Amino acid sequence: MTTVQDPESSIHRADSTSWYEASARRRIELLLDSGSFHEFIGPEMREVSPHLRVFDLPEQFDDGIIVGSGMLGGLPVFVAAQEGRFMGGAFGEVHGAKLTGLLRAARDVKSRPVLILFDTGGVRLQEANAGELAIAEIMRAAVEARSAGVKIIGLIGGRAGCYGGGGLTAGCCSALVISEQGRLAVSGPEVIETNRGVEEFDSRDRALVWRTMGGKHRHLIGGAEVFVDDTAPAFRDAAMALIETVLGLSLDTLKSEQLRLDTRLQIFGTARDALDIWTEIGIPDAGSVPGMPAEEFIVLADKVRSIDHDAR
Amino acid sequence: MTLAEILASAFPGGHQVAKNNGVLTGHGSLRGGGQALLVGTLDQTALGVDEAIHLARFVLADLKTGSGPILVVVDSDSQRMSKRDELLGLNEYLAHLAKCLIYADMHGRPTIGILYGHSAAGAFLATALATRVLIGLRGASPAVMDLPSMAKVTKLSVEVLEEKAKSTPVFAPGLDNLAQTGAVHRVWNEAEPLASQLEALLADMPEARDIRDVLGKERKGRVKAADIAERVHALALAQ
Amino acid sequence: MEDITFHHYTQRPAAGNKHVAIVGVVASGNLEVLAERVLSNDQFKIEIRTAAEGFESVWSAVVADFVERYPTGGLKFSINDGGARPDTVMLRMAQAVRVMEEG
Repeated sequence: MTTVQDPESSIHRADSTSWYEASARRRIELLLDSGSFHEFIGPEMREVSPHLRVFDLPEQFDDGIIVGSGMLGGLPVFVAAQEGRFMGGAFGEVHGAKLTGLLRAARDVKSRPVLILFDTGGVRLQEANAGELAIAEIMRAAVEARSAGVKIIGLIGGRAGCYGGGGLTAGCCSALVISEQGRLAVSGPEVIETNRGVEEFDSRDRALVWRTMGGKHRHLIGGAEVFVDDTAPAFRDAAMALIETVLGLSLDTLKSEQLRLDTRLQIFGTARDALDIWTEIGIPDAGSVPGMPAEEFIVLADKVRSIDHDAR
Repeated sequence: MTLAEILASAFPGGHQVAKNNGVLTGHGSLRGGGQALLVGTLDQTALGVDEAIHLARFVLADLKTGSGPILVVVDSDSQRMSKRDELLGLNEYLAHLAKCLIYADMHGRPTIGILYGHSAAGAFLATALATRVLIGLRGASPAVMDLPSMAKVTKLSVEVLEEKAKSTPVFAPGLDNLAQTGAVHRVWNEAEPLASQLEALLADMPEARDIRDVLGKERKGRVKAADIAERVHALALAQ
Repeated sequence: MEDITFHHYTQRPAAGNKHVAIVGVVASGNLEVLAERVLSNDQFKIEIRTAAEGFESVWSAVVADFVERYPTGGLKFSINDGGARPDTVMLRMAQAVRVMEEG
């Protein structure tokens, strides 16, 4: 069975390595060692969602997620990549089960790190119960895998962000890489506004969305270990570096995480906006952060924060 | 059943709980001897960073020296929807609570969820769905997403959604749908003492592994998930 | 949802040895084309699944035009359509042939 690749980007933007612009297939192609990717249950198997027809919605042959094995700098890995443009990258029954199976395999094999390329709005409404359950099973499998010493690296930088159950799954990873375009949260901006009003959260205030949930903030507050520019090589290098440094999951890890999260609440629990937090962290001109180019931001962030290798 | 009735019925030998702003921690004396650790939510409280870290702290503190099962009683709203909670990294706090419960279950502290009220979305994932066995009580109203919100997003009326829900358990809220899809293992009989049912469950706990997809397949509520996961697992192991 | 199938005979086989390829994404205004080399060299088959009903004659014309212009013999295309316009459909199908001929 041959690997299937998406030539869309390569035909129209031959030089583009933008993570944000790339399809899930293109991201895998750019992330892994050339030609090393082998897909499990590829689109030719036609394992589509059984739940979309009743809503007159089109299916996608891979149900919006690609899973398989490959090499990252010569190291064998497992990979999962969500396609954020199909149903918002949302978790459905088949979509979720592909990732569950991959993580259970990682748990049993023990020696292969897992790379999860998140691009999701959360649970797919049309299959809400199945999607939610899939995420619960994924979280369980992730903890089991990490307890067996498996390193799970999450990569966030796509159109749909990493929301809802995706956000909780990301929280179960060993470490996260995020770009400026990436967003990581549980409730989406519109959902908060609908439920609590525009005074609580104005979903159309893009600057607010990015200050609260975006890559730069997540990196500064400790929600994502590594911040990268929006290029596939940057994501690749970051993933390789993290695989070298992250540890397995133990009771000590959870205790360190408890301390880390407790401390964050103590220090920032009354902050009203990200700008307050960034100032508190030690950034001289917090207002300049959103517009700051990636390289400059990375240098600045390195000065004021540190990675807690023992936590997560 | 009210929370008080549930605790009295499950622990005729007594229980002590502390309630703080919608979350609960404590212990219950098991009829067969020993204690169960108790954590949970009440009064449909939303699960935010403060609530999640409080519950996680209590679970973790007991893992080093304690023993026995951990009961997670659930009556919550969804995750707290607020600027503050997202700003502080709610996804990490909810994931941390889930990790603590899953870790406990893997290391000699069987976790049993008791869904007696409401729960939804992120709160559901961090509590009830992070246990090994999830028990439902009649009257519980779990939901991933409520139908009016679904109607708004899908641009279909609630009536149309209700009609579609008659032919599939895969999206609409409710205990029966969550049982059929494999989330809820069992529904307890409120006419019988909960202590007996708890004792029987503890004496015959399933292994510490996730069988929800298998349950969903057996009950015909989720017919693809178990097979797809198994196929990917087999293909990956063959690499 | 509507399922539409077309079957053409052609004197232009698709070159190359690639057995399967996937192009595109099922997003609004877009489509995916799964190409498989499973037929004899003189046949082309296309199966379309679309939520936009009543456009069979448009699909028919686009496909006929495509078969005229591109080498399609031996190929079967399976399409999941997200409401793409004819020019996008043509683009994706052309990409699919190109990828199949690469390998």
